Amino acid sequence: MPASSNRSTTTDAPERPLGTGRVRRLHLPQKLRNLELFLLLLACGINAATVVLVQLGALGRIDTTLVLLGAGLSVLVLALHVVLRVVAREADPFILPIATLLNGLGIAMIYRIDLANEEYGWASASVRQTAWSALAIGCAIAVILIIRNHRVLFRYTYVAGFVGVALLLLPLVPGLGREVSGARVWIGVGSFATFQPGEIAKIALAVFFAGYLVRNRDSLSMVGKKILWMRFPRLRDLGPILVVWALSMSVIIFQRDLGTALLYFGLFLVMLYLATGRLSWVLLGMSLFLGGALIASQTLDYVNGRFQNWLDALNPDVYGADGGSYQLVQGLFGLAKGGLIGTGLGQGRPEITPVPQSDYIIASLGEELGLAGIFAILALYLLLVARGFRIGFAGNDDFGKLLGVGLSFVIALQCFIVIGGVTRVIPLTGLTTPFLAAGGSSLIANWIIVAVLLRLSDTVRNQPRLVV
Amino acid sequence: MNRELKRVSIVVLLMFVALLASTTIVQVFQADSLSADARNTRTLYDSYSVERGPILVAGEPIALSVPADDEYKFQRTYSNGPLYAPITGFIPLNGAPTGLEHALNRELSGTSDAQFFDKMNALITGQNPTGATVEVTIDPAAQQAAWDALGDLTGSVVVSEPATGRILAMVSKPSYDPNLLTVHDNQQVTDSYQSLLNDEGDPLINRGIGALNPPGSVFKLVVVTAALESGKFTPESTFPNPATFQLPGSSAVVINSGGGTCGGGDTVTIATALKQSCNIPLAELGLQLGDDAIRETAEKFGFNSDYSTPLDVSQSVYPTVLDDAQTALSAFGQTDVRATTLQMAMVSAAIANGGQLMTPNLVDKVTAPNLSPIQVFEPETMERVMSPETAATLTQMMVNGVQDGAASNARIDGVNVAGKTGTAENAEDEPYTLWFTGFAPAEDPKYAITVLVEDGGGLGQTGYGNLLAAPIAKQVLEAVLNK
Repeated sequence: MPASSNRSTTTDAPERPLGTGRVRRLHLPQKLRNLELFLLLLACGINAATVVLVQLGALGRIDTTLVLLGAGLSVLVLALHVVLRVVAREADPFILPIATLLNGLGIAMIYRIDLANEEYGWASASVRQTAWSALAIGCAIAVILIIRNHRVLFRYTYVAGFVGVALLLLPLVPGLGREVSGARVWIGVGSFATFQPGEIAKIALAVFFAGYLVRNRDSLSMVGKKILWMRFPRLRDLGPILVVWALSMSVIIFQRDLGTALLYFGLFLVMLYLATGRLSWVLLGMSLFLGGALIASQTLDYVNGRFQNWLDALNPDVYGADGGSYQLVQGLFGLAKGGLIGTGLGQGRPEITPVPQSDYIIASLGEELGLAGIFAILALYLLLVARGFRIGFAGNDDFGKLLGVGLSFVIALQCFIVIGGVTRVIPLTGLTTPFLAAGGSSLIANWIIVAVLLRLSDTVRNQPRLVV
Repeated sequence: MNRELKRVSIVVLLMFVALLASTTIVQVFQADSLSADARNTRTLYDSYSVERGPILVAGEPIALSVPADDEYKFQRTYSNGPLYAPITGFIPLNGAPTGLEHALNRELSGTSDAQFFDKMNALITGQNPTGATVEVTIDPAAQQAAWDALGDLTGSVVVSEPATGRILAMVSKPSYDPNLLTVHDNQQVTDSYQSLLNDEGDPLINRGIGALNPPGSVFKLVVVTAALESGKFTPESTFPNPATFQLPGSSAVVINSGGGTCGGGDTVTIATALKQSCNIPLAELGLQLGDDAIRETAEKFGFNSDYSTPLDVSQSVYPTVLDDAQTALSAFGQTDVRATTLQMAMVSAAIANGGQLMTPNLVDKVTAPNLSPIQVFEPETMERVMSPETAATLTQMMVNGVQDGAASNARIDGVNVAGKTGTAENAEDEPYTLWFTGFAPAEDPKYAITVLVEDGGGLGQTGYGNLLAAPIAKQVLEAVLNK
């Protein structure tokens, strides 16, 4: 790790002859970090204003409790910024402000729904979400500090794979797993469902996929039979994709969670395509998954129900059925109520929709901020994903490229699955909207992704041609 | 790898484009239809939070929104609630509104298309938007007289103006107090609603437009109209006059209501049959006319179609398929013939108006808060049901029926009342449904009235139309004619 050990001794300008690139770099003002600081302060300001607007809209007065909690979070985020100044000074300046803004907007909307349901203190989701956010940002700081060079992760490819699968299967362990609204994706102690290990698993799996594909892509991409214009892989190379496919299917069948299965499989396919450059893998994978989903929709009641709700949501029979489209339609009513410019924060009625603070937070935001607000949020996500993809374009080591793009793609795909489900692009499946939705595991996972992306982007800028 | 990365970037971009498109479709293009969906409680809450316009009877509010100190901002109150409940309906916190509150919800809440600019104006000037005022056609004196005359009986009274179709009174009993259902307490509303729903008297049903009963002998007016309009019959056309009549293709027999023949003699005229309200001659007439001819006339009167006043009126039924026995029964309003009170009031009104049926209407005017009219209802012809000559002939026969026939209890000294009673059988052992329909004064009809008494008027199978329904009509007509 030559580069990063150099950078860890940058506090004082050493007495060295001019002309070596390193010394000159030390004297450069931290343009990127200054930009980040400016954007970060802007994001914190917007977040505070959002909370105040929620209070004015819903309560008609200003209550300082949550503003203070928010200020605490701002301090933590600024701490992360300071850490970056020291250990990752060339990191991308947009990632952190975007994550902060999305996280803050989410807390404000969750708080708004708490107000509607008259829940305060630790019983309220917003206070818990704030606490989880603090923990998540803490995790991000730790990751940045511990992982000084992402290539360390390459060494632990198979460990990561094992951890990922183990986390994924953890909810199936009797006594530990918990079922919440039909999906068995939680673990908990006692009667509380507390954590969704699958959220963390997606990071571990991304690391594993990246490492595995970098190691094995030659055999996956070079050999095979050419049929028509496409080269198809050999039978014996089908192992990995079949394993991941089986894993996804078991998630559908045993954990009853379509969204998670789609997320992992999509992630694997994209990384496989990036690594091998073979479209045949994508076709093969998609037909495998669609075939599996089709069979599942015929044989598994809950999958079949999801499809019906999607295709015929407004039908009174589907609407009234147990597990029917009631929630979906209420979400649509909320979005329709929001219209172009929304009702204004605190002025809508998002609490009518079931679980408006987690799966349906985008409908809640759409109701109060309107189409304009949703477009802004989608733009933030797109920008975040684009910054991640930038690592892939600019980077020079394939492991880092794959990992950066994979993690960014997870965020994009997760947005698409959730928001697309709420707005009827695809059948609705339970997944959290990254950064916005209430849920601790999701926050921690996404902030760790932020930390990894920051680390990767720093490496990319810092060592343009060093790492091969 | 960068070529692949570019392609994946495009896929991600397309995913987000799809989200932008889907949210736009939901929030812009489908927004109106989603807001109009009856299941959309947000729209309902909104309609509660604006100052709804009042509903006025002769300038006095029967439904009014007054400021309230809670999150809903306004409290809907109904003065003289039970009397006007069939007209106003109610708008509960946690369910769908009924009555005019439902039918004119968008106008009352200020969200109709015609009020769009008012709404924008209120938004810009910072005022709270207010709903439109609805003036109804009800005559408070007629409404009160009908309420009093019906007493404790289960049923309804509908009074209308034959020349315009304006509804002057619509009473339904037993009634309820809509104020109970607009309190700002979900639990209380649910409890009140449940107890009304469980009430054996079904107070929530508006029997003027929402209850379907066999019309019995009042339906003979429709059959005789069909006969006279066919040109094949006159009031003097005669029919065999037996004391019992066996239905074709059936072992069942028809008898006249009093038993025996219809006024003696071997034959009987249509005029006598209608005056005495005999069943056998009408059954014979019905068979000669055929069900198609009767159905055609019934549909001209409004049977088998949906219409609104703007309250939605239940569809009165003349069945589409009938064999001969059923046709004979249908000629005196039995088998599966069903009618609302308003439908029978329309039959009388059409006869009273020289054969021209006017669209029944409950609303005179809808006015914006700035007093500009949004909607003004003019009298409209719904159908030319019969020629003026047929109408005049029928009127004379109905006057005779009240003068010295089966509807004698509706007689008023000094006024020519035209009328027809009905006593309809329901299922075996069930109480009869009693009717009176008619109008006055016969030579210049100002009021058409129909009285429905359900549940045999408490007399089971011993009550009959002339005993219970006709006196109610008489009392109401006296009140409105002498005022």
